[in-house]
This record gives sequence, C-alpha cells and structure tokens, in this order.
Amino acid sequence: MSYDDAMAQFDPAFGLEVHVELNTATKMFCGCPTEFGAEPNTQTCPTCLGLPGSMPVVNAKAVESAIRIGLALNCEIAPWCRFARKNYFYPDMPKNFQTSQYDEPIAFEGYMDVEVEGETHRIGIERAHMEEDTGKSLHVGGSAGRIHGADYSLVDYNRAGIPLIEIVTKPVLGTGARAPEVARAYVGQLRDLLLGLGVSDVRMEQGSLRCDVNLSLTEQDSASLGTRTETKNVNSLRSVERAARYEVMRQAAVLVGGGSIRQETRHWHEDTGVTTSGREKSDADDYRYFPEPDLVPMAPSREWVEELRSSLPEPPHERRARLQAEWGFSDLEMRDTVGAGALGLVEETVAAGTAPAAARKWWLGELARRANESETDLGSLGVTPADVARVQALVDEGTLNDKLARQVLDGLVAGEGSPDEIVGARGLAIVSDDGALGAAVDHAIAENPEVADKIRDGKVAAAGALIGAVMKEMRGQADAGRVRELILERLR
Amino acid sequence: MNTPDRRTASAIAEALAAGETTSVAVTQAHLDRIAEVDGAVRAFLHVDAEGALRDATASDERRAAGHPWSPLDGVPIAIKDVLATRGLPTTCGSRILEGWVPPYDATVVARLRGAGLPILGKTNMDEFAMGSSTEHSAYGPTHNPWDLDRIPGGSGGGSAAAVSAYEAPLALGTDTGGSIRQPGAVTGTVGVKPTYGGVSRYGLVSLANSLDQAGPVTRTVLDAALLHELIGGHDPLDSTSIDAPVGDLVAAARRGADGDLRGVRIGVVRELGGEGYQAGVLARFEESVELMTKAGAEAVEVSCPHFVHALATYYLILPAEASSNLARFDAMRYGLRVTPDDDPDHRPSAEDVMRATREAGFGDEVKRRIILGTYALSSGYYDAYYGTAQKVRTLVTRDFEAAFEHADVLVSPTAPTTAFRLGEKVDDPLAMYLNDLATIPANLSGVPGISVPSGLADEDGLPAGVQILAPAMADDRVYRVGAALESLLARGWGGALLDRAPELTGASS
Repeated sequence: MSYDDAMAQFDPAFGLEVHVELNTATKMFCGCPTEFGAEPNTQTCPTCLGLPGSMPVVNAKAVESAIRIGLALNCEIAPWCRFARKNYFYPDMPKNFQTSQYDEPIAFEGYMDVEVEGETHRIGIERAHMEEDTGKSLHVGGSAGRIHGADYSLVDYNRAGIPLIEIVTKPVLGTGARAPEVARAYVGQLRDLLLGLGVSDVRMEQGSLRCDVNLSLTEQDSASLGTRTETKNVNSLRSVERAARYEVMRQAAVLVGGGSIRQETRHWHEDTGVTTSGREKSDADDYRYFPEPDLVPMAPSREWVEELRSSLPEPPHERRARLQAEWGFSDLEMRDTVGAGALGLVEETVAAGTAPAAARKWWLGELARRANESETDLGSLGVTPADVARVQALVDEGTLNDKLARQVLDGLVAGEGSPDEIVGARGLAIVSDDGALGAAVDHAIAENPEVADKIRDGKVAAAGALIGAVMKEMRGQADAGRVRELILERLR
Repeated sequence: MNTPDRRTASAIAEALAAGETTSVAVTQAHLDRIAEVDGAVRAFLHVDAEGALRDATASDERRAAGHPWSPLDGVPIAIKDVLATRGLPTTCGSRILEGWVPPYDATVVARLRGAGLPILGKTNMDEFAMGSSTEHSAYGPTHNPWDLDRIPGGSGGGSAAAVSAYEAPLALGTDTGGSIRQPGAVTGTVGVKPTYGGVSRYGLVSLANSLDQAGPVTRTVLDAALLHELIGGHDPLDSTSIDAPVGDLVAAARRGADGDLRGVRIGVVRELGGEGYQAGVLARFEESVELMTKAGAEAVEVSCPHFVHALATYYLILPAEASSNLARFDAMRYGLRVTPDDDPDHRPSAEDVMRATREAGFGDEVKRRIILGTYALSSGYYDAYYGTAQKVRTLVTRDFEAAFEHADVLVSPTAPTTAFRLGEKVDDPLAMYLNDLATIPANLSGVPGISVPSGLADEDGLPAGVQILAPAMADDRVYRVGAALESLLARGWGGALLDRAPELTGASS
C-alpha cells in the first residue's frame, strides 16, 4: 500500500522515546570513566559490575544535567524523587536490575515546539528521567551478530552504568501525512537543544542518542488510538522518518487486509528499510519496580533549580529567529540552513568575520555536496568554521577565485592543513605579477594575430578570447582583471 | 589441650600497650584454639592463619616503633562471611558463591585493616543471612559452644560461637532482623546492632538493604564499644550512611560500668514478653529489670501496639528486597556456574545456565524467600503487600517514638527461648521465624539495640539475653545501660557468665 493510500484512510499517532547518554566524566553511580571506545571491561569497578556488596552513589553532575534538560524542555522539576529498581534478567545487566526512575521522574510535563515547513507543532513531553545504561553484548559466530545461532557471546561492561536520560513524548496526534517529518524534526531539534546545553555528545552513530519510535494508526475520524508498535534503535534522523513512514504503510496494509496490529517491539533494518517483528510486548510485562533502598531520595532545592534555569542557553527557536533577523536570510534560506544542520556552523563562520550569505553559500553548497558524497554530516567533514572564514577572506582579498577556493576545500577535507598551507603547498594563489602575466599575454597575442587585430580595430569585446588563452596557460591562476588591462595596454 | 586466651579485647589491648605480650603471640594463641576446637564448633568457613600472623607481625613492628594505628591495633578479629574481604573467600554461606574471592574490601573491613586488627578468618552463617540457627549454611551448621547439640543462633551463629568459644576475642556480625543480637543471647555473648546508617554497608552483601546493619560481636559491652567506634561513622560509598560522628561510645560503656542508673527511665515493652517466651528466659529478664531498678533506674511499662505486626511486615519487606538483590547471582560473571547437559541436541542458552545455576546454587530457604519476594513485588500485588508493609513499618516507628517519650531505653528479652536443638525447627520455617519476634522491630525502624547476657535459664541451664533499645543515633545509651546491667549481673555471679560454660573437649567431627 502506498503512503498516500494509507493516509487517505488512517491518521497516524506517534511517540518517541529518546535515550541520551550524558557526557559526564564518570558513570551514574560510580567513579569509572565514560570515555567511548576503550578496551572492553577496562572501565569497570565493583559497583558497575554489580559485585556482591557494592553500592551506588548518585553522580551529582548527572542530576544537574537532567534538571537542565528538563528545564530546556519546559518541564516541571520534581521537588522530591527517587530511583527505583527495574527487575529483569539479562546478561548485559550486571545486577539483573536496572537502577532507573519509575513513577517519580526528575522532570515531567513539558513541551518542545517543532517547526516543519513553516508550521509549528507542539510536542508534549511526558517525562525525562534518569537511569543507567547496560553493558553491550557481542554475539560471535552464527549469522550477523545475532544471538540466535551464535557460538558464544561476550559482554563489555564499559557502558554499564553510563548515565542516561530517557525523554518520552506524549502521543503526538494531528500531524497527518507529515507525521514522519515531524518525528524527524523533533529528534533533530532535540539533538540541537542537547548539543546547545553541552550535556551530551549526541552522536547517533556512536549510540549516545538512541531513538525508539512508537506508532499507531487510527481510522479517519475515530476517537480512540490504535494499537501501537515500538520500533527500537532507530539511530539516525533519516531513519526516524523512514521507519515511521514504513510503519504507517505496513500497519495500513495489515488493517486494510482485515488483520490487527500486535502490540510488540519491532527491529529497524537500516539497509533494507523495513521493520521486523521482535518480542511481543504487553502491559503485563512485570518489572517488579520498587524504590532503590541503597539510595536516598533526591530533593533538588528550588534555589538550585532557579540558578540552573537562569544559566540555560538561548532556546533554539528564539536563537533561530534572532539569527535570521541578524543575517537577513529569507524563510527558505533559514529553513535550508537549519535542515542541513548548518545553523551553528554558519553562526561560527559569521562570528569569524564572514558575510552571512557567503558563509551559507559554502556550507550549503560545496561542503554539503562533499558531505553527501562521503555520507557524513557537515560537522564531521573535518572543515571548521574558521577554515571557511579564512577561505572567504582569501577570496575577498583577491588571492583566490571561486575555482581555486574549491580546490582549497578539497585540501581541507583531505586533511592537508590550514587554508594558507594548502594554498602554498598546492600553489593555488592567483598570479597578478606583471612579469609572469606579461609573458603569457605576449604569447597569447603572438598565437592569435587575427584576434589581436580586431582589438586594435577597437573591438574591445574580443579581449575575452585572449584572456581565456592566458588563463588556460596559467592554469586558471591568473588575475583576470590585470590580464585584461595588460592586453589593452599592448594593443592600443 | 592448651588453655584458651580468655582475656577480653580491651584486656589484650592493655597488655599489648604495656608490652606484656605481642600481637603475634595473641593471634597464634587464637589460631591454636581454632585448630583445637573448631572441628567441633565449626564457627569458621575459612581461616587465614598466614594472613593473620603477617598482620600481627606488622602490628608488633608498629608498636615497637611507637606508632600503633588504634587502641585495638594487634587484637585479632573474625569476620562474618557476608562481608567482602579482598583476597579472602566470601561465600555468604552459599554454594552459589563458592570460591569467590572479592577484589575489594567492605568499608568496615578496610577500617579494621586500617586500625591494625589481624583478620583470623570468615565465620559461618545461614545462607545469605536467612535464618536464626546457622543450619541454613550450605557448609553445614555451627554448634553452640555451651552444648554442641544445639544451635548457636543465626544468621551470625559463626561469629557468636567463635567469640563464645574463645576462638576470637572480637567478631563482626550483621543484623537484619536479629542476626547479631539473637546469637549473642543464646551463646552468652554481647551483640550490638547500631543505628541504621551508623555503620557503612558498603561491601556487606545485601540481604535486605533497608534493614541490614553491621555491628560488633564481643564478650563484653566495653569491647563492643571499642569495636563500634572503629567501624562506625560516615562513608561516602554508602549513600544511606549518616553524616554524623559515631559518638563517644567507649566513654558511655565505661561510665555505665559503675552500675549507677539513677535518672535513667527503662521502658518494659508490654508486647515483647509473655506468651511464647520460655519461663526461664522471662525469669532472667525480670531479675535484670529488678537489678536495674535497684541501681536507681525507673522502670515503666510501655505499649507498642503495632509490634504484633512487625514479623509479618518484616517477612514482606525482606523477601522483596532480597529477591532483587539475589538476582545478580546468575553465573555470568562470578561464582558457581552450572551448565545443563541433559540434552545433547540443545546447546544451553544463557537463560538455561542461569536457571540451572540458581537451582543448584541456592538452598531451600533462599528459594522460598525469593519466591515470596517476587510475588510480593508483582504488579497487582505490590500495593497490598509491599506497599502495606511500608505503611506498617511507619506505624512501628511511631510506636517507638511514642515509647521513647516515656523512657530513655526500652528493654525486652532478646530471644523468646534459649538455644534449641539442631534440627528441631529446620523444617518449620514459621517456628524458626518466631525467634526474631523481639529483635525485628528495631530493624524496621532503624533504632540501635544491644543484647547482654542475663544468665542461665533454670529449665536447661543455657544462656539467655536482655535486649536494650535506644532512639536512633543514641547508641551511647545502649552502651551505658548495657554496661551497667553487665556489671550489676557480674557482681551477683562473681564473674562473667561465660566462665560457667562447659570446657570444650577438642575436635569431635
């Protein structure tokens, strides 16, 4: 069933559960480091390994980050809350319970306004709560790293105990056919907000921001929500939109075919773009929650909360409005800039002295194209706002033309050094020295006597052909204005 | 057979300070005693002779250099096997932890090492501290030194028996519902459960986190105070530990030893006595109250009406917390691993291994409480069981608060009976649970308590104990009143109660 056909009959409702790994120096309940990519099981201690007798101590920095996230999402901050134990057996969980918040989240009842194609959607935030991450299982042998058929499994507990914030939206209704785009925009904007707060690296490819997409369909004009599925580990912005879209079509086909949707978790397959059935999930899942008796309740003082509120960075939508006014961008230009994830990059480039239009031109043009080609994002290209500002300054002062500037960008992406080093090493500067240019001009006149005659006869427009010949000989590095002057001097 | 070293820890400390003996000599004497009698008593699961003598040698060197680390530097100690000891096996009396050697020390153990006490070894206990007789140890029961056919109490029967049999001058225990005090009562020794949060739980393998508390097991009240001051005080690794000084407990014990109780109000708890209590135990208790009254104390009767629900409340909260705490024993990271191999065509999954290991590694009492706790926490039952239990717990605390308005300390028999025979109640869990009737309320509300020997019951000639409870953070009161009662009783007996225990006649098993 096509997406449009599905939308003709059904209305999608979605909800997102986003897990964010905080970038605190130490874990949620112990002093182990949190650095990504260390040798397996080297960042562990009795507490995060759940050894008998070990006890948790809450990381105050993680609580601070949680409160700041809650405030940035316009949430209430609980005056008093606790951790609970979520009990279930799994080898990557050292205690066979996860220390998490249950019915007393630190932040609740907030919202975030998300803009899609000029329309604002208010996404309700149900809660943001603290918990600890689990270890990571690695299944060896068998097929494609899955547990079924594996010869054996290894567990890396470096990740066990990393502080997580889980941000849960309320069901989002009424976005119609745009539901997948709104879902994507929410996650993208949430990522920007977290980045702005400085509380997480928010690198989806490293798992520091992980997303579950809940989606259900309702018959047009029906009052009650349909049965939802929960698609796990949708770990890129593009995938959020694709997975939501896929589930809309899949569920519609099932419902139209007379079937019913099972409440279940589903797995997202990035390569094939489909979801497949996982474990059946029902409300009867019994985690036997109870308050963690090894921790005392948290009671963040109102003074502290207000202090954190007053030090929050500018909210993303206010910042966008301010920057658009400062830069004089059209709505479309602004949207493209935000959509490309280039807002901060452009801002920093402008701060380094570049005109806003020029900064936008580089990031959304040449650099966006290079990012697409290498399937990465702008921030990971290896080109900094300072680099781009320097390239534009070289253009402004006449050292580079656009063509040469593009070659400098190639050098930057290839890691050849700073713009000035690349100009030097590649010999890219425009030649405006009369000695070298004069020789090339004389050569061009000698090679094209009939063109020279036309110019002598007053047809100045013919100079273009000679300029072209000079440029060709100088491999594009001639100062075109000076070449023209030299030609006219010699032929009058 | 050599004569055991019957000196108290404080007497040994004085002798060490005076240069009359060495830690090596004292430690060796206790190791010799263990070698002679522990085959019959079976108080120890693991003896570390080499480590204890190495620590004793270092202690003697420090003392020779004039820099002892603490008043008890060089006095050896035994440690209940529920406390993590770096480099020494820690089994909690369970098969599932057989062979596990912790890579870290419990905070109380680290403090003992930092105070210079040689560690003799690890003492026997009911599996994961579930029991009142030590019969639920996977490694066999400990025997009461007063009568080897009887239980030494539990769960910390090993620590109490070791101190009672002069195998150690000091021991550490843990008390979740009476596991320090009840063994103290039935072995004629002193046991203290400190205020909840007064002693760090870091490294204490949790039975029920909101009830557990480590404390001293000794032969005198003064020794308990000396040990308590060493292990007590705030620990940043335990979020539930109280950030306040431990208090001047030794001074309180010394003050109490003069036997003067003028101005002290003693509350006799009406609900902790009468039916279900052995006549000889009650008789010794009444004598103790009378002695204290004669020494100037004012005795009042107080009522704590919700104490009758304490046992039921305890048996919901404890299994609930325990069921979650014990989930980590799954063969994935440490301890026992049992791989089921009955089906050659089916390679066992992680879940199969977990199931087989837990089936083989846990004893019946542990399984019983895991099932109870899992049930009590289940969705749909939580409010009725765990939720209600927490409410009753609050009521018990209010009873204490009301009682302490009329009395400085509360008193009762520690345990309803003297030591029963091995095997007598092991198949009757409810009868076993009743042993903790008088001790459980203190754990539910976190108040401190001590058990002091009150004499021998007429029926069987076995020791009984008096329990003295004080408000939270008023641990000094249990030491003052405990030391006073101890001294008043000793005047009547003409010596310590333990002097009347029969001679142990060497290894029998």
